[in-house]
Amino acid sequence: MNKAIITVVGKDTVGIIAKTSAYLAKNAINILDISQTVVGGYFNMMMIVDASACAKPFEKVGGELAKLGDGMGLKIRCQKSEIFEKMHRV
Amino acid sequence: MINISEVIETNKMILEENLDVRTITMGISLLDCADSSLAKTCDNVYGKLMRYAKDLVKTGDEIGRDFGVPIVNKRVSITPAAIVGSACCRKPGDFVRLAKTLDRAAKRLGVNFIGGYSAVVSKGMTPADELLIHSIPDALSETEHICSSVNVGSTKTGIDMDAVRLMGEIVKKTAAKTKSRDSIGCAKLVVLCNAPDDNPFMAGAFHGVTEGDVVVNVGVSGPGVVNYVLGRSCRGVSFEVLCETIKKTAFKITRVGQLVAQEASKRLGVPFGIIDLSLAPTPAIGDSVADILKEIGLEHPGAPGTTAALALLNDQVKKGGVMASSYVGGLSGAFIPVSEDQGMIDAVNAGALTIEKLEAMTCVCSVGLDMIAVPGDTPASTISGIIADEAAIGMVNQKTTAVRIIPVASKREGDTVEFGGLLGRAPVMGVSRFSCEKFIARKGRIPAPIHSFKN
Repeated sequence: MNKAIITVVGKDTVGIIAKTSAYLAKNAINILDISQTVVGGYFNMMMIVDASACAKPFEKVGGELAKLGDGMGLKIRCQKSEIFEKMHRV
Repeated sequence: MINISEVIETNKMILEENLDVRTITMGISLLDCADSSLAKTCDNVYGKLMRYAKDLVKTGDEIGRDFGVPIVNKRVSITPAAIVGSACCRKPGDFVRLAKTLDRAAKRLGVNFIGGYSAVVSKGMTPADELLIHSIPDALSETEHICSSVNVGSTKTGIDMDAVRLMGEIVKKTAAKTKSRDSIGCAKLVVLCNAPDDNPFMAGAFHGVTEGDVVVNVGVSGPGVVNYVLGRSCRGVSFEVLCETIKKTAFKITRVGQLVAQEASKRLGVPFGIIDLSLAPTPAIGDSVADILKEIGLEHPGAPGTTAALALLNDQVKKGGVMASSYVGGLSGAFIPVSEDQGMIDAVNAGALTIEKLEAMTCVCSVGLDMIAVPGDTPASTISGIIADEAAIGMVNQKTTAVRIIPVASKREGDTVEFGGLLGRAPVMGVSRFSCEKFIARKGRIPAPIHSFKN
């Protein structure tokens, strides 16, 4: 399994989840979990995804998601999940 | 399962608090490149560096993108050049040619520094060691990416005072040779005692002869993260809470380094060596060890209490870091350079911090007098005296100490010099005007200290 964490940060607006998940569906990336919160007036969303079936290289997915975010005035980052697991788990 | 607050915390460290992996340094043994012909040796060295490190920069960038954490520097460290060139270098100029070969390789590989233009002379100098040391001023003025270091002592051997005397002169000559660029050559030259074989940080990195053929070492950083955490949650709290917080933060920072190191090792097909869990500041605002000391409760570094605060910080960083990685090495602790840390620069300008106080601080932190600009007319013997003092602290306390001092040609106390980039800018600090010339003029070495009767 090729697990990644997608984070979306910015002003809340209509269609954030719809557009992001449409992109993921198109690229055969499976969403395992979604959570969201508001910190300091900013919308924060996190998706845990499985990109094992995705044909595109990881780097390209990250670039395309960032571009999708730019179009909505949001910062979208896609990172491999190990950085979070290693940092927060003994 | 990872939760959203943990993800936000990690990304805040990266995006707002300057968390980065400071360097992936590939250590490469050049022992098998030595030949009695200089041309052949240079060819062998260039060829091996190209073969082993060709994917280093690309792989480092890919790992950075995959995990979303900046990997600032990709570097190479080599077997001390004095050993590599000992069979073929007959004059200092021969070593300069080897340095230029290394510089050419660095450019081609895209690494920002190659460390290991070095001699390890803790007990005595071979003819090749002396030739290399004499070549340092030319080598550093005629190359861009070479870092040089000389280890002049150790706890086991004592201090080679002939090398200490020579290094005072070499530092001055290097300053003169790079006069037109504020004596920047000296920023790439460090004199060490108890130098580790696996240090990934420049300018003191070299690939010691105790190491294998090739290895990947990683230096983490993150003073900004510690500083922000202390500012958010530790004002006025007890020492217990303070220490616990630093420890936990150091653990998190080091885990990122550990992950990057394992990944780099896997992707490059090179064994993982060590994580150096140092707090390495940069001139960026907020990325400062001095600011941590201020957050602990000092008006400026240099105030009474500084040595104690730094001792505490250094120890907690190690305690948190060793839990995060099974292989910790290199320098591992808090760095206290002056020019690379805005808080240190402010402290010098405020009159709070002197070389003597910095010297005391080096007794309890990971390295030594680092990136300190002094007046250009400081005598060579005084620089040797400063080196000897630091080496003595290292020798007696069984720790690494170092001196990277820049006697900036034609600058006086109170002036400022700009080195640019990660090297930052430095206020020129005052040096004691009292002489140690007769002490430094003595020949031979200071004996190793007794290892028992530690009371």
